[in-house]
Amino acid sequence: MDIFGSFALLLAFLAAVYAFVGGIAGILTRRALLTKSALNAGMAVFGLVTLAVGSLEYFFFTDNFSLAYVSAHSNTALPPFYKFAALWAGQEGSLLFWSWLLSIYAFWALFLNRKKHPELMPYVGVTLAGVQIFFLTLNNFVATPFKVLGGLDASGAMHVARLSEGSGLNPLLQYPEMVIHPPMLYSGYTGFTVPFAFALAALLGRYPGEKWIHITRRWTMVAWCFQSVGILLGAHWAYAVLGWGGYWAWDPVENASFLPWITGTAFLHSVMMQEKRGMMKVWNVWLVFVTFMLCILGTMLTRSGVVSSVHAFAESSIGGWFVGFLAVVFLVCLAAWWKNRDYLRSDNQLDSLVSRESSFLFNNLILLAACFAVLWGTLFPVLSEWVTNNKISVGPPFFNKVTVPIAMFLLFLTGVGPLLAWRKTSLDALQRNFAWPLGGGVLAGAVAFAFGFREFYPLICLIMSVFVTLTILAEFYRGARVIASRDGTNLLTAVGELTMRNTRRYGGYVVHFAMVLIFIGIAGSAFNQDIQKEMGPGDTLVIGKYTILCQNFDQVSNNNYQSERATLEILRNGRSEMMLYPERRFFLASQVTETMVAVQSSPLRDLYVVYAGRSPETNRPVIHAYLNPLVKWIWFGGIVLVLGTGLALMPNRRAALVLRPAGEASWGAVTQGAPGSPAPSPVVRRSGAHD
Amino acid sequence: MKTRSKFLVGSGIIIATLLALAYVGYTQSKTYYHTISEISALPAPSLHQRMRVSGNVRAGSIAHLDGRVDFVLEEQGKNLAVSYVGRDPLPDTFKDGAQALVEGRLNPQGSFVAEQVQAKCASKYEAAPNSAPAGTPPGQSMNQSGAPIDGGKS
Repeated sequence: MDIFGSFALLLAFLAAVYAFVGGIAGILTRRALLTKSALNAGMAVFGLVTLAVGSLEYFFFTDNFSLAYVSAHSNTALPPFYKFAALWAGQEGSLLFWSWLLSIYAFWALFLNRKKHPELMPYVGVTLAGVQIFFLTLNNFVATPFKVLGGLDASGAMHVARLSEGSGLNPLLQYPEMVIHPPMLYSGYTGFTVPFAFALAALLGRYPGEKWIHITRRWTMVAWCFQSVGILLGAHWAYAVLGWGGYWAWDPVENASFLPWITGTAFLHSVMMQEKRGMMKVWNVWLVFVTFMLCILGTMLTRSGVVSSVHAFAESSIGGWFVGFLAVVFLVCLAAWWKNRDYLRSDNQLDSLVSRESSFLFNNLILLAACFAVLWGTLFPVLSEWVTNNKISVGPPFFNKVTVPIAMFLLFLTGVGPLLAWRKTSLDALQRNFAWPLGGGVLAGAVAFAFGFREFYPLICLIMSVFVTLTILAEFYRGARVIASRDGTNLLTAVGELTMRNTRRYGGYVVHFAMVLIFIGIAGSAFNQDIQKEMGPGDTLVIGKYTILCQNFDQVSNNNYQSERATLEILRNGRSEMMLYPERRFFLASQVTETMVAVQSSPLRDLYVVYAGRSPETNRPVIHAYLNPLVKWIWFGGIVLVLGTGLALMPNRRAALVLRPAGEASWGAVTQGAPGSPAPSPVVRRSGAHD
Repeated sequence: MKTRSKFLVGSGIIIATLLALAYVGYTQSKTYYHTISEISALPAPSLHQRMRVSGNVRAGSIAHLDGRVDFVLEEQGKNLAVSYVGRDPLPDTFKDGAQALVEGRLNPQGSFVAEQVQAKCASKYEAAPNSAPAGTPPGQSMNQSGAPIDGGKS
């Protein structure tokens, strides 16, 4: 069976090579049949990698410990759910998983467009195949998951060793979210390959117009959504499992996932400038290139341990491959851009500083600044070692100092941007639109200030959050009022109708609102408290309004772990509110102890209790309690973000009634002002909406 | 062109502010990585740096004292006496022979005062030196696993 899996992988590699070479030959010779077979080979990669993944999963479920990867990441007693997830628990499997997700994206991108864009698709196929070749090379020749334990014996014959038991899945990963977090994040990382492939293809093929943006708009949003969810799930996992009371530590691997998210966000905004005004063409192409390269860099940082290598825990030879691949990608992008740069001339200039364009420009500028700062901070140990021979790392203060003001400015732009018109906004319109949302924000800030709320950034965040929320509500209200008065429906129905007529715009607002929720949750961390105490039965600990009363300690065990558990009664204002049971689990297979955090979560605050261990001096248990306000808003914001993105992905309601000429010709933007709207309304996509 | 120059001025102000903030954050949080043998050769001004040092815990050197834990880190025959003064209990992986990473400063007597200690059992990872630590999740820290303490709190 291991032969089967490795064979499928090898065939996948060959198929990708054929898709690449055949695709190039097809483009050069202009032979349609060759091109078609190359594209088909690109799709076949998906089937072959799927077979390899299925084969590896089969080994996990049959407890085949003759395979190095299986024996290192599973054991017989592991619950099936985690056996399944063990696929992406380590280096080799994760890379295979990467290839698999990429092959899924590539398959769909090629399949859905197989009869469209005959000028563009050959280039897309070649680009996708190029990326696949890299990952399949790693899968086949550098980090194969199908390595069998054992080796050559004295007579030169191969013998296979089969362990009776595996060393088990890392206990930190034995948590439901760990089953979904990597797939989400990896779907984000791999997903940006599709817009990248189309952008590069459009540039190489000098494909006219902004079509590549229209084609990849949804792909980008899907990848972005996966990336967002992946980051949030990772943060939640860190919060719920690692037991240090926080969810984000500016760790290199966290940063790695954040970087492409930042540039992806910038890209989602700046493409609108190209669609509506024909500006920023070079910028957009480079943004998507950079986003893709950051995805590769992120995978590399995660998998190679370049940055945290003082540790030497994760040293691996794989880093060199990634650096090489990044260099090739960069050179290809540079050459493609240089050769075809005249194709990317801007149609328009910036007309006014007070315009939608300018708000997008500032949005992009500070997102890129944030990206650069995070990248710089993450790679600083590596860079400083090169330059000064001294390895220097920077910590959270560096990242917070830079990103927090950027975040506040972004929040401000989130409120301002939608109120500004394209080209130029008159001062009059500005006053009319700004007055009451900004007034509302300042009022909220003043009230909070009067109640003793004095922290600078949280106060700014509160003002901005109220401001942005009010502008979003005002946008919905303005549009809905027009529809309601014309159609004679009530306002709520009109809101639904309005949203469905321009899902991208209003879905976007919902995502903006989600970001507000997330920002509020993050701002809550300014008020975190924590306290640590040795506790025996009968001891109490006071944090905020809560009193924690220790009742007793007991032991629980099963065939996966032995656990030491504290039973704590939580009292509030003298009344018993609930029980919490933080644990320390000793996992038998891996011989590792982990903490199991107990959290009582409410919209206002989380009471987060950790059984931190035993004091070395007294051998008494140590309980560490944290009171973290508003954390739940972050996770709730994540849900709203997914809903908003889902909304933005839906087709516009009226669009279905409009006959669309073949070849996407109706994608041209139609500019219309919504009647009765004080600000010139944003451009409405596709004919029919609003009027 | 007037609009363009206004935009450039605005951008310049923003970037200058961010650079200044970045510099402040950098000086507040920079931490040097040093090996134990490097420390003895450091010039005097560098001795006050915040630094990170890694090594193996010498067997039998761990002493639990009142308010601190003393131990000795070894690396390539060089030793460094460390006093851990942090509040958190030491990770369970912190044992004789474990690989440890300490963060803190040197005191004038030449021993190291650590505020944070991370540790990994050497045995588990020696088996596979060429792969990632078993089960390091994608998207998560290498150095968080095994130790509930991390830079996030500093």
